[in-house]
Amino acid sequence: MNTPLDSATSYTVSELRQQAACCVPQAHLAIHNLSVRYGSKTVLNGVSLAIQRGCITALIGPSGCGKTSFLSSLNRLVDMVPSCAVNGSILLDGEEILTPKTDVLMLRRRIGMIFQRPNPFPLSIRRNLDMPLQEHGFKDKADRERRIEQALRDVGLWQEVSDRLDAPALGLSGGQQQRLCIARALVLEPEILLMDEPCSALDPISSGVVEDLILRLGGRYTVVIVTHNLAQARRIANYTAFFWTQNHVGQLIEFGACEQLFEAPVDALTAAYINGIRG
Amino acid sequence: MTAWRSLASRRYSDHVLGALVWLSAAIIAGFFVWLLADMASQGLERVSWDFLTTEPERSGRRGGIAPMLVSTLVVLAITFVVAVPLGLATAIWLSEFTRANSPSAAAIRFSLDVLAGVPSIVYGLFGSAFFCVWLGLGYSLLAGGLTLACMVLPILIRTSEAGLAAVPDDWRQGAAALGLTRWAALRYLLLPAAAPALTAGLMLGIGRALAETAVLLFTSGYVDRMPASWLDSGRVLAVHIFDLSMNVTGGDQAAYGTALVLLALLLVVNGLAIALSDRWLARRITHA
Repeated sequence: MNTPLDSATSYTVSELRQQAACCVPQAHLAIHNLSVRYGSKTVLNGVSLAIQRGCITALIGPSGCGKTSFLSSLNRLVDMVPSCAVNGSILLDGEEILTPKTDVLMLRRRIGMIFQRPNPFPLSIRRNLDMPLQEHGFKDKADRERRIEQALRDVGLWQEVSDRLDAPALGLSGGQQQRLCIARALVLEPEILLMDEPCSALDPISSGVVEDLILRLGGRYTVVIVTHNLAQARRIANYTAFFWTQNHVGQLIEFGACEQLFEAPVDALTAAYINGIRG
Repeated sequence: MTAWRSLASRRYSDHVLGALVWLSAAIIAGFFVWLLADMASQGLERVSWDFLTTEPERSGRRGGIAPMLVSTLVVLAITFVVAVPLGLATAIWLSEFTRANSPSAAAIRFSLDVLAGVPSIVYGLFGSAFFCVWLGLGYSLLAGGLTLACMVLPILIRTSEAGLAAVPDDWRQGAAALGLTRWAALRYLLLPAAAPALTAGLMLGIGRALAETAVLLFTSGYVDRMPASWLDSGRVLAVHIFDLSMNVTGGDQAAYGTALVLLALLLVVNGLAIALSDRWLARRITHA
């Protein structure tokens, strides 16, 4: 695959795509009977599925079916919405994270998140990565510099920005900004990456670059990605979860290996959705 | 047969609008220049180094304004040492730590808006009763500074809160998703991004505090000697201008001179506020 990414990382795309699943499935996140409420309005109910370690799991479905709420529950970002209540169970490596005892700052370091709209901080390119590292207690400057360079190389941004690390991050193009945000998440060495439609605000070329990047992140990281682009889900995901709204409540309709869900969906709704978009 | 307006008539109305806008701006600028020229023509010859550094003689008809300058600076310092931390903390609480429809936050916002409109003479009465009498501070620069702090707090809080609220939520979410503390988000992102609004609030507060006469008549007193300490009473520049122009015959020139000094002080303090916020806050962030 011909990408503008540099060759610092050793992951190849073809190896990953040949396999039905990237590894022996092992639940990194085990979600059981999850429901999300905003005030009295339930947006998501009874979701159970396992996010496999090292795999890319795509969440598809129409707008408003609770995909983003599901995603934000996994790193407890929904805590920022005061009226939001999450019930059920989410086990990260067997440990419950939906308890008041969970250290959310540590949790969010282990589970990084990328948003739909690139949100680099209004700092320099370097400070965007340096500040989170400092805040997480990386004291040694040389060590931080090394990690920053590695993260920028991992997202293929190093060659583009290495000569202007102190320039404002907001001066980068949309695609570069999104890759910087991914680098900002990677620099903290998370285990899991949550991505909320990371390509949808980008132009087709930038979107392609970011998609290739996500593909390369699979295997090394566990990736959960929300996408409205079914072709994209098909190209990059190992597993796909299809969400749909029933009685105004978002539900998980079908979950399975990507090929199976797209080629031989079990549920009639899934088939209709996939075909509807196709047609 | 078409209903299109001719290009000429559209151009004409554009010109009229342009002229009106320019005229309005010119009128405003003109008034300011007139004010400045009037003050300068009547008071500039009075302003000198001696004027700034000597005590007044014969009720201010002669001599300088050194005690008033010192009193003003002390009162201003007390006001902002008290009001800025308290105001910023309250603004942060209102914008970052309360729910959007929290009743307690709504109650506090409402009281702040009412307080911002309360006439200063009422603050003067309150300060006199509370700080001077009840807390036993007497007529003192401290009592005046504290009363002024109460008076500028509502403006400071509401402008700072509006500034913080205008910072995009994307950055809050991005910071939270990276496992950053709220304090880190405030320090590195929210406060620097809100710096222009914080400075604007501060400048409004400074302007109000420097111009204040009524409050300080009630709380800091009237005597025109050099204050011995912040617990001593003293006369600020605005009170001095009032006294010279109302009670001292032949004090007009000194009043104009003092007004010029007050205006210069306002410019200097505002410039300082901009420079400090730029140095401590705004420079941290870099917009493209």
